[in-house]
Amino acid sequence: MVDNLTPVLTKRWLSPRSWTLKTYEQLEGYTALRKALTAHPDQLIQQCKDSGLRGRGGAGFPTGMKWGFIPQGDGKPHYLVINADEGEPGTCKDIPLMMADPHSLIEGIIITSYAIRANFAAIYVRGEVLHVIRRLNAAVREAYEAGYLGKDILGSGFDLDVVVHAGAGAYICGEETALLDSLEGRRGQPRLKPPFPATSGLYASPTVVNNVETIASVPYIVNGGADWFRTMGRERSPGPKIFSLSGHVERPGQYEAPMGVTLRELLDLAGGMKDGVPLKFWTPGGSSTPLFTADHLDVPLDFEGAAEAGSMLGTTALQIFNETVSVPWAVMKWTEFYKHESCGKCTPCREGTYWLVQILQRMVRGEGTASDIDTLLDVCDNILGRSFCALGDGAVSPITSGIKYFKHEFLALCDQNSQVLAGATA
Amino acid sequence: MSTSEEVYAASPLDPVETHRLVTENPVDTAVFDQSIVDKAQAIIARYPQARSALLPMLHLVQSVEGYVSQAGITFCADQLDLSNAEVSAVATFYTMYKRRPCGEHLVSVCTNTLCAALGGDAIYAKLREHLGSDGKPLGHEQTAGEPGTPGSITLEHAECLAACDLGPVLQVNYEYFDNQTPDGALGLVKSLQAGEKPHPTRGAPLTDFRQAELQLAGFFEGRDADLDGPSAAPETVRGARIAAERGWTAPAMPDNADFPPLPEKK
Ligand SMILES: Cc1cc2nc3c(=O)[nH]c(=O)nc-3n(C[C@H](O)[C@H](O)[C@H](O)COP(=O)(O)O)c2cc1C
Ligand code: SF4
Ligand code: FES
Repeated sequence: MVDNLTPVLTKRWLSPRSWTLKTYEQLEGYTALRKALTAHPDQLIQQCKDSGLRGRGGAGFPTGMKWGFIPQGDGKPHYLVINADEGEPGTCKDIPLMMADPHSLIEGIIITSYAIRANFAAIYVRGEVLHVIRRLNAAVREAYEAGYLGKDILGSGFDLDVVVHAGAGAYICGEETALLDSLEGRRGQPRLKPPFPATSGLYASPTVVNNVETIASVPYIVNGGADWFRTMGRERSPGPKIFSLSGHVERPGQYEAPMGVTLRELLDLAGGMKDGVPLKFWTPGGSSTPLFTADHLDVPLDFEGAAEAGSMLGTTALQIFNETVSVPWAVMKWTEFYKHESCGKCTPCREGTYWLVQILQRMVRGEGTASDIDTLLDVCDNILGRSFCALGDGAVSPITSGIKYFKHEFLALCDQNSQVLAGATA
Repeated sequence: MSTSEEVYAASPLDPVETHRLVTENPVDTAVFDQSIVDKAQAIIARYPQARSALLPMLHLVQSVEGYVSQAGITFCADQLDLSNAEVSAVATFYTMYKRRPCGEHLVSVCTNTLCAALGGDAIYAKLREHLGSDGKPLGHEQTAGEPGTPGSITLEHAECLAACDLGPVLQVNYEYFDNQTPDGALGLVKSLQAGEKPHPTRGAPLTDFRQAELQLAGFFEGRDADLDGPSAAPETVRGARIAAERGWTAPAMPDNADFPPLPEKK
């Protein structure tokens, strides 16, 4: 039986000055890199496939398979781009990881770049996190000075340059193709796929885009092996994962547990609901994943478990709300977010989020009618699956799931209004 | 300009802003002196292709003027051999590039759903009221005080700042102040106005908005001590600490985990 918490990525965070190269090296740092450089790059890709590691940025795409899509021997430069744009509401795992342990990400970057034969890697980090950016910059500098970056790394003949690139405040730049456009110095708007980044990514060359937590997991897989990684989690969602608990819980924070843990188990570790006020609704993986309720406390939180229960694992950002929070209000707030962050490229999302906000604000003001609920669902229907990128799909998640589980709350807002109207005409 | 009325009528911006844009011509980029040109060139050198330097260069521009001015746009365009329109299109897309001069400090309050439910909306309302004048609360991205002068504050509401476990949060010049309350945030802003620099919960000692922008452009010379600013809040290490206390660990790694054999070429 595996322990309830399995700190792998978060273990070093407890060490004093954990962000320095010195601490990192004292705690097995860069041993995986030395080992990886003795392997053939294709063995590393195979090992990653065997481990079953799936992307931690939200979609859960198998990482080894993604690396395997990079055409080899094509004579083009290859690139690795780290998605450190962490902006999905509720998500707060990559920022503490990079603040506390930037070298684990850099070691993962070097190993991954070696595997996919990339000689340039960029860390695209959201701009609003200055302390992370300075720690990353310092760690990159230390890694160059120690010979882990630059030319002929540790005498292997492998060269790699890494740049830390600060974004400028746009959630959509977390979408991988928008991120690439942004990194090329353009507006961050998604690209048509195909072609996929694996063949035509940064500067139209083969590119792997992976999340911070994904790549930070790589050194452990190299050191422990694929079978070790699979001792944690479940068959199709193996490994440890950082679960971020926020909101109305006694002890919010970062809890690294095997995939498949339940909210009930996590809440138990977090001291339960704040002041004992009962749970009402929660997101399993950020605001773009459909809401869960108190009926979902025992859903195994892995990619399959969350999907079978009607939501998605997303970024394991567990935002927890108690009975005091109005669902229509929360849904309105999230919708305002999506409207603000819609990049404007496609009509369903640009216009749809605009109208959704209007309707929800009206309802929350107590001026809605029952038919507004149908209009909301109708607009959602026109966005879902018809938008150019997944932001549009994410935008409707809170609304449709909110209405699914809490329709009475939306209706109650309208009832109030019908009474007012009735009173006015009487 | 003879067509000025048409210009004003066609402009989506308010007349004052339009007036500024129209009359600020011809642009004078002299504020971007040789040291800034050198920095711009250093940014370009980081990338395989020059245009990738645009976002950091716009941060650099803000470190000089506290916003992206017409001159700043022209400067970037010149450095990167782009048109002003191309640079403008990028600058206006991103919320961190400000169109009006910012205060000494930029205060960003997270009002996304989770922080809002925990008090973020109340914090923002309180700060708006305090920083407003003539009985009018200060608006989003507006500045209390003469921009750039000591104690001047630009206020904005922000989307999720990736610190939800520490909510409600706000930032000053992009450094975190965690677990805020309306009264605590008010006290913080008052001390900023009085020229004090309270220490962030997680981050380096405060400087000002322009200094922060210089660092976002990737220039940290002489600032090594900043690295030691606190980072791991109790919330951050909660799981790791419980595990350590209870002796919970990940399963032990095997002594020598071999790589899989080299796959056959297909
Ligand atoms: C609107 C939107 C925002 C996203 N934001 C992020 C993000 O901040 N970080 C991230 O890693 N992935 C984000 N993603 C997912 C990325 O597009 C991509 O799937 C991911 O970076 C791939 O890395 P992974 O396979 O390691 O998860 C976002 C997707 C969408 C549609
Ligand atoms: S779905 Fe929204 S964010 Fe995505 S391309 Fe369309 S407008 Fe832009
Ligand atoms: S909701 Fe405020 S930091 Fe995430």
